[in-house]
Amino acid sequence: MNKILPYPLLIIFLIIMWLSLTSFTLGQLLIATIVALIAAQAMAALQPAKARLKRWKSLLKLTGIVLHDIVRSNIAVTKIILQGNKRARKSGFMTIPLDLRDPTGLTALAIIITSTPGTAWLDYNSARGILLLHIFDLVDETVWLDLIKNRYERLLLEIFE
Amino acid sequence: MNHLADLPFWAAWLVAAFLFIGGSLTLIGSFGLYRLRSFYDRIHAPTLGTSWGTAAVVLASIICFSVLQSRPVFQEILVGIFVTITTPVTLMLLGRAALYRDRSENNPNVPAVDPPEGILDQPKMGDKLESVEQCSSKHE
Repeated sequence: MNKILPYPLLIIFLIIMWLSLTSFTLGQLLIATIVALIAAQAMAALQPAKARLKRWKSLLKLTGIVLHDIVRSNIAVTKIILQGNKRARKSGFMTIPLDLRDPTGLTALAIIITSTPGTAWLDYNSARGILLLHIFDLVDETVWLDLIKNRYERLLLEIFE
Repeated sequence: MNHLADLPFWAAWLVAAFLFIGGSLTLIGSFGLYRLRSFYDRIHAPTLGTSWGTAAVVLASIICFSVLQSRPVFQEILVGIFVTITTPVTLMLLGRAALYRDRSENNPNVPAVDPPEGILDQPKMGDKLESVEQCSSKHE
């Protein structure tokens, strides 16, 4: 591992973030660089699991799919809340066996599931790889199983494993 | 806020539309939090505010200040990124706490711990809590 410049991507992102929050001047660039270098050293001291992105193409595809799904489920959940009790709605728990084991991949999946209204990540059994979800509108379990397994997990496996 | 008068007509409409969408979604989410009855249903409602509720307000802000300053302003994206990546932390914390409590109370509506159980996940006081439950149900 590179001792002086660990996590080059993190350093670049931190510098860009610092500059966009303050102003693009030489002085701020200097401070940003110093802060980013110290932060990268601190990150290296924590020794997190190294994430490796295998396929950028799949990542872009996944981002597109997720953005589309968030819009769709926003509309769906809004409808349900506004309809009130007029329609019989069944919410419930469901378990999904996951093949994904990479911590970064699981983090990504947690963010996707949480930021999509209507699905909530409740528990994950890391020993058996079983995910417990709560679904707001559980009409058909196979639809949700298909969504998580084929739409998200397949791409995440391609990206991280 | 006089400088807002400099905003061209199309940008003003776009900003207003996004602010309206974001504000409405957040309001509907809060309304859902109030209306829905079970805890697990309730955690879904505020995600409206943390997903498109936030995104729409961020987009409105980006458009407004990019047009006013005639240069791309994108630091608002950071708001969106941090809201998105930190929401799962709170949601999982709340969800798992509720699940743990319901399991230790032997609530039949929540799924049981699947084997092999972690030591921490095992409800040890099941019997005691059951008797408490029976007492309280008699009072009702």
